[in-house]
Amino acid sequence: MPQPVIVARDLVKKYGEFAAVDGLSFEVAPGESFGLLGPNGAGKSTTMRMIGAVSTRTAGGLSILGLDPDRHGPDIRSQLGVVPQADNLDTELRVRENLLVYGRYFGLPRRVVAERADELLEFAQLSDRGQAKVDALSGGMKRRLTIARGLINDPRIILLDEPTTGLDPQARHILWDRLFRLKEQGKTLVLTTHYMDEAEQLCDRLVVVDHGRIMAEGSPAQLIREYSSREVLELRFGSDRNEEVARALEGSGDRIEVLPDRILVYTADGEAELERISAAGLHPITSLVRRSSLEDVFLRLTGRSLIE
Amino acid sequence: MTLVDHALEHRGTGRRGVGALYAGNSRAVMYRGWRATRSTNWLVMLSGLFEPIFYLLSLGIGLGALVGTVAVDGREVPYAAFIAPALLAVAAMNGAIYDSTWNVFFKIRFAKLYEGMLATSLGPLDVALGEIALALLRGALYAGGFMLVMQVLGLNLSWWAVLAIPAVLLIAFGFASIGMAITSYLTTFQQMDWINFVMLPMFLFSATFYPLTVYPEPVQWLIQALPLWHGVELVRGLTTGVVGPELLVHVAYYAAMIAVGLVFTTKRLRALFLD
Repeated sequence: MPQPVIVARDLVKKYGEFAAVDGLSFEVAPGESFGLLGPNGAGKSTTMRMIGAVSTRTAGGLSILGLDPDRHGPDIRSQLGVVPQADNLDTELRVRENLLVYGRYFGLPRRVVAERADELLEFAQLSDRGQAKVDALSGGMKRRLTIARGLINDPRIILLDEPTTGLDPQARHILWDRLFRLKEQGKTLVLTTHYMDEAEQLCDRLVVVDHGRIMAEGSPAQLIREYSSREVLELRFGSDRNEEVARALEGSGDRIEVLPDRILVYTADGEAELERISAAGLHPITSLVRRSSLEDVFLRLTGRSLIE
Repeated sequence: MTLVDHALEHRGTGRRGVGALYAGNSRAVMYRGWRATRSTNWLVMLSGLFEPIFYLLSLGIGLGALVGTVAVDGREVPYAAFIAPALLAVAAMNGAIYDSTWNVFFKIRFAKLYEGMLATSLGPLDVALGEIALALLRGALYAGGFMLVMQVLGLNLSWWAVLAIPAVLLIAFGFASIGMAITSYLTTFQQMDWINFVMLPMFLFSATFYPLTVYPEPVQWLIQALPLWHGVELVRGLTTGVVGPELLVHVAYYAAMIAVGLVFTTKRLRALFLD
């Protein structure tokens, strides 16, 4: 088995008394696409900053490409591509200049940087925007430029912190397609997200993180199999009646979950369950049968929704 | 023992060598500054060149007609030649301070520029040196322009004046270094205004427009503790040709300023972006 490119053992980051990251252990294999899934404040971004060698750990072991970030920060960073949560593009520079200048930060020769900048503009579908001002770009374009910028040093690992947060659905799909291509090229991707569809699309394997701790680990399919049923029946009886109906539904499916606006019934066969419930004389205002997702896994593990 | 085990062996203690601070690539930071200046704010930059020239014309030539001459170390020099070197030192200070305070403040707090830079192989010392070097270049530009005007107006009284150029660079370096260090600790616009609050009186009272001897002794000590006075005296000594060993004291003052500023800037950038 090839050496893992990232190894974290009992990783801890404390700010004063508060432990933002509270004992994470995981490994990432080369070429793997690894996700950290969790709600805001779970410690994902802090973990990413430690992997990115811009934040020192309070305790625990961390090895990035076989190096200790405490002692080899610049060496590690020269092999990483970082796409931060908030775009920090250089607005005083034009689009192509952003790539040129960023490449120089890595000490790359001017000629190499110029060549790569053109390739990456094409990859980011921004070839015709090279001379545009950064502020004139749409949110999706800025994100793609940030990703292109993160690739200028031909990194071995790409760190993506909430890559599609705040983008419209179309822009997200374009971005996922670009990221999928990187994966096909054999790049190692590490990404954080609180979108389960994103995790399902992009991650080979992921850890579910809450309060700085790992709640579960596996591929999206494994996690769904292990922590949820095949299908989910969503029932709405009206906000004021959900609690009362929930008592009557006790025993339906494998498990039920009562949310403020709806009741979730976990079951192998949603349609059949819905028929049984109707036969018992309960008639929801709306009903929906869907496949289980990582959202359900998260709800099961923590008792809370991912997006609050 | 594999590399991975070796890396894991070491527990995080925050112990880091100079290697984590400096990659020897502050040139890239300057390259960025040059491109940014070229595309956005060269006009703002140019305006700083004219301010001291206006002062020189109005006060030096205009008011100077009423004042006549002033004694520098027992030697009588025309009033314009007395204040011109002071204005030169002020020009260097202003150029350096503008770049190292407001520009740096904006980059730290709003543009997140340094966050992006420090995610690359650059270290905080690369960023600090690169930004300070830019401020210095701006200071040099202002100083060069002003020296030219002084030469044309016949206000350089000695060949020692040639050394005023490196002296002005030293002054710019000192102010840029301290300015960036202070700025890195400030978080609000109100705090940034304090800088102006200090700069203006320092400009007016540092023996810029009249000799230090007009003050009572305790005030003289206060003025002599401030950085601009050392800059004014240094440049004035050189352009008027009144040269003595005390000029070395002024040089030492700036060397200390540079060192202190760099240490705190680097420390602070590390705390802010590489916690």
